[in-house]
Amino acid sequence: MNKIASFTTSSVGRKLLMGLTGFFLCSFLLVHLYLNLFLLKQDRGSTFDSYADFMATYPLIRPLEIILFAGFLLHAFVGVWLWIANRLARPVRYAVNRPSENSTLSSRTAFWTGTFVLIFLVIHVNTFFVSSRFFPSGISMYERVCEAFQSPLYVSFYLVALAFLAYHLKHGVQSAFQTFGLKRKKYETLITATALVFWLMLPIAFAVLPLYFLLAH
Amino acid sequence: MSGTMTITLNVWRQRDRNSEGRFALYTLPNVSPDMSFLEMLDLLNLDLVRKGEEAIAFDHDCREGICGTCSLYINGRAHGPLKGVTACQLHMRTFHDGDSITIEPWRAKPFPVIRDLVVDRSAFDRIMAAGGFVSVRTGGAPDANTIPIPKPVAEEAMDAAACIGCGACVAACKNGSAMLFVAAKVSQLALLPQGHAERARRVESMVAQMDAEGFGACSNTYACEAECPKQISVTHIARLNSEYLRANLT
Repeated sequence: MNKIASFTTSSVGRKLLMGLTGFFLCSFLLVHLYLNLFLLKQDRGSTFDSYADFMATYPLIRPLEIILFAGFLLHAFVGVWLWIANRLARPVRYAVNRPSENSTLSSRTAFWTGTFVLIFLVIHVNTFFVSSRFFPSGISMYERVCEAFQSPLYVSFYLVALAFLAYHLKHGVQSAFQTFGLKRKKYETLITATALVFWLMLPIAFAVLPLYFLLAH
Repeated sequence: MSGTMTITLNVWRQRDRNSEGRFALYTLPNVSPDMSFLEMLDLLNLDLVRKGEEAIAFDHDCREGICGTCSLYINGRAHGPLKGVTACQLHMRTFHDGDSITIEPWRAKPFPVIRDLVVDRSAFDRIMAAGGFVSVRTGGAPDANTIPIPKPVAEEAMDAAACIGCGACVAACKNGSAMLFVAAKVSQLALLPQGHAERARRVESMVAQMDAEGFGACSNTYACEAECPKQISVTHIARLNSEYLRANLT
């Protein structure tokens, strides 16, 4: 027990927790995108709604939802914990500092891009998940999506959030590989390709959906 | 004097670790482009002493880029604007006549300012004392190839051993993290057979001491690698991470 406690409270252990939960959340994004793509099927949302019903009613999904929610919370909690500890490590800041000369903006702003994504998530979960699960009004999930994605304001916010997510993952995915000690020369191409799928292709695929509904309907 | 420069210096002055510090502005004429940065500071100190003022305290020893003693944050960069050099190997020809240069000490909670530009880096010594060694006598240098070590492994261990412990990695990191320093030491010993036996205990002890000293965590910005005067690679941080994971899983 002591070993687990010292591992999870150490700086390296906390980073490993960030990486682990980050990979888990990325795997969720893949499933989410897979289901979202059924919105494009020309069947007035019948396939999409059947999946949405399955997710809402199949008993095994409940514990998975709780694990997913815990994953988000843990990722955010450890992120804030590390951010505070890191700030404390430099109580006096430099008068002149040129971080752009030695590091990328995405790596330096991961905390802030993550914070924006979290704010988006709260709104996003409230728009689709909370309202349909806890306040059902008889309209299908497909109709909810149509309604939300026909609002230019919501679509703009959604697209900005995806840009922040992309920027967050641009640093996060390769950073997780480094944290797990896998970032070696021989895996470099594989890691770069995997990171590209998550930070670039995935957000673009997500962005297609609101644009489709806004422009096509 | 022709070919010399006049430089404006904005230098951090602090009497001791408990005093409030402040920036002091100096104008220094007759700076030769061939001077090293530390020689330029010597010139300034000579001028200050002649005027009856207190000389600026700054760390220096070998002035050959190998001891890791100099530790200046110059115009927002650890060891100044050049890649792969220590402040003592930075020359004034890098700057131009009329330039203004801000000089600060390393900024990190575990590196308290002792005086002016001098910081206490004994936190690194305590991390080394926690596990950065091989506990048994391994004898003198063995005959070549007595212990077979593949050339790429030996090269990587040597690259890690190039760390001079100057602390530029901590100074450059936005989190004041000492991961590159600790990783270089852990990696060097983990790669070589003499270090294998204690690898788990070593990485756990050194990381625990690093955290106890108050260094930040690694955010993988890789600023440390970019500013390291010995260009130690962050692949050693990846090795430290996997060593730490292995030590805790087994």
